[in-house]
Amino acid sequence: MADTTTRAKLRWGLLDVIVVVFALVPVLWIASLSFKTPATLTDGRFWPREWTLDNYRSIFDTDQFVRALVNSVGIALIATLVAVVLGAMAAYAISRLDFPGKKLLVGVALLIAMFPQVSLVSPLFEIERQLGLFDTWPGLILPYITFALPLAIYTLSAFFKQIPWDLEKAAKMDGATQGQAFRRVIAPLAAPGLFTTAILVFIFCWNDFLFAITLTSTERARTVPVALSFFTGESQFEDPTGAICAAAVVITVPIVAFVLFFQRRIVSGLTSGAVKG
Amino acid sequence: MSVRSEPVLPALVPAQRAGRRLGKTALSENKRAERKLGWLLCAPAALVMVLVTAYPIGYSIWLSLQRYDLRFPDQREFIGLENYVTVLTNEFWWTAFGVTMLITVVTVAVELALGMGLALIMHRTLVGRGIVRTAALIPYGIVTVVAAFSWRYAWTPGTGYLANLFSDGAPLTERASSLAIVMLAEIWKTTPFMALLLMAGLALVPEDLLKAASTDGATAWQRFTRVMLPVMKPAILVALLFRTLDAFRVFDNIYVLTAGGNETSSVSMLAYNNLIRGLNLGIGSTMSVLIFLTVAAIAFVFVKLFGTAAPGSDDGERR
Repeated sequence: MADTTTRAKLRWGLLDVIVVVFALVPVLWIASLSFKTPATLTDGRFWPREWTLDNYRSIFDTDQFVRALVNSVGIALIATLVAVVLGAMAAYAISRLDFPGKKLLVGVALLIAMFPQVSLVSPLFEIERQLGLFDTWPGLILPYITFALPLAIYTLSAFFKQIPWDLEKAAKMDGATQGQAFRRVIAPLAAPGLFTTAILVFIFCWNDFLFAITLTSTERARTVPVALSFFTGESQFEDPTGAICAAAVVITVPIVAFVLFFQRRIVSGLTSGAVKG
Repeated sequence: MSVRSEPVLPALVPAQRAGRRLGKTALSENKRAERKLGWLLCAPAALVMVLVTAYPIGYSIWLSLQRYDLRFPDQREFIGLENYVTVLTNEFWWTAFGVTMLITVVTVAVELALGMGLALIMHRTLVGRGIVRTAALIPYGIVTVVAAFSWRYAWTPGTGYLANLFSDGAPLTERASSLAIVMLAEIWKTTPFMALLLMAGLALVPEDLLKAASTDGATAWQRFTRVMLPVMKPAILVALLFRTLDAFRVFDNIYVLTAGGNETSSVSMLAYNNLIRGLNLGIGSTMSVLIFLTVAAIAFVFVKLFGTAAPGSDDGERR
C-alpha cells in the first residue's frame, strides 16, 4: 500500500516537473539572453558564460525605451482605473438591481468579449485620424477600456454576487450611517474583487500589441511591446537582441511577480469571469 | 413575424417581490427608482462599449464600399461591392484564411488536450499543487510579444538553444516549420488559460460520483469519459468558444516570428499590412468586415450547436 502511494507521488511529481519546466523555459531563456555579453550572445548556450548588466544600462540610457515604458504604464493604469470604475457600476447594477435591459447588457458585453479586434483597426485608424486622437494616449485608452469592460463586468458581478449585502442593513440597524456602512462593511468586502479585476484588466492592457501598433506612429503614445518590435540597437552596427531581451525582462518581471503573488485570486477571477484577459 | 408571448416569468417576479414589500404605491415608486438607478449605473459602460465597436463597424462597412487609398485620396469614390470581389478573388486572402483556420483548429485541439491534462494535474496532483498552479500562470501573465521574441531567438541559428534540434537550416525561414513554431508559441501562451477554465469545470465533478464509479469497477479512463466529461461539458464548451475566437485573431506571434513571410500571414496580419503598409482603407475595411462576419459565423455555429450551454445564459454555472 505504502509502496503504491510513493509510486503515485513520484509519478505526479514527474508531471509537475514537466509542467514547471515547460512554463519556465522560454522565460528563463529570454532572461538569460538579456545577461549575455555581445560576444557570447550567439554561442547558442542556454545559460550565459559571462554575465553583464550592460543591456539593462543601455535601454535605460535611450529615450526610446523609457518613453515607451512611461506610455505603457500611464495608458494601462488610466485604462484600468476607468474600466474598473465603469465596470463596478455596471456590475453592481447587474448583481443587485432589477431593471429591464439587464440581459441585453450582459449579452452586449459577451459579444464584445468575442469581437475580432482586428475588425476595428481600419475604421478606428480613420476615425481617430479625423478626431485628432491618432497617436495619443486617449486614442489607445478608449479601445482598451472597451475591450476590458466585458472582463471587468463579468468578473466583478461574479464577485459582487458573493458579497453578503445584508450586512449593510445590519450595520445600519446597529446605528451606522449609510456612509459608514459602505466604508466599514461593504468596501472591505468588495476590495479583493475590485483588486483582482484591476490586475486582470491591467494585464490585458499591458499585453496589447494590435491596437498599439496600428493606432500609434511615434514615441508619443507607443507602448513597450511595440517599441520592442522597433528596437534597432544603440548604434546602427549593434545587434538589438540583448537590448530587446533586457527590455522584455523589465516589462515581464513586475507582471510575473504580481501574478505569482496574487495567484489564487487571479485563478478565481479568471474562472468566474470565464472571459479571456 | 408572429410575436410569441413571453414566458410568464417576468410577471411572476414582481408579484413575488410585491409580497415582500409594503404597499402597491411604495412598490412602483421603489421599482421605478431601482430601474433608473440600474440604467444610470450601466449607461457609461454600455455607451463606451457600443460607441467604440458598433459605430466603427458600421463605418467600416461604409468604407469597404469605397475605393479609398490614403496615398491617392483624390480617387476616393463609391464602388459598391468591388472591394469584396477584389479580396475574395485574391489568392493572398485565401492563403491567409487557410493559415488562420489551420492555426485555429490545430492550436485549439492541442490546447484542449494539453489543457485537460494540465487541469487534471492542477486539480488532482498529490504533491506540489501550489507550485504547479503558480508556474502554469506564468505564460498567461507574460506579454505575447515577449514570449514571441523568446521563441524567435530560441530558433535563430547560432543564437538559439533549439535551432539545431531538427536540422541545420533556419526553421523560421521555411513555411511549414515557421507555422509549427507560431503554433507552438500560441499553445504555450494560452494552454494555461484553457486549463484554468477546465479546472473550474473539474471542480464541479462530485467526488462521490467518482468514488461510486470506482467501486463499481470503472477504470480511470471510463471514469474520465463517462463521469467527468459529461459534467464538464458546459465548461469545455465555454473554453472552446473563447479560445477558438481568440485563436482566430492570431497576430502578435506571427508579427514577431515571421512578419508574415513565406506565406505565414494570418487574416489579421494581412488586414494590418493593407492598412498600415498599404494605407488602403477600402481594402483594409473590406477585410475587417469579412473577418467580423467569419467570427460571427463561428460564434453562431457554436451557440446553435450547443444551445443553452453557451455562456450567454450566465445565471447557469458559476464556480
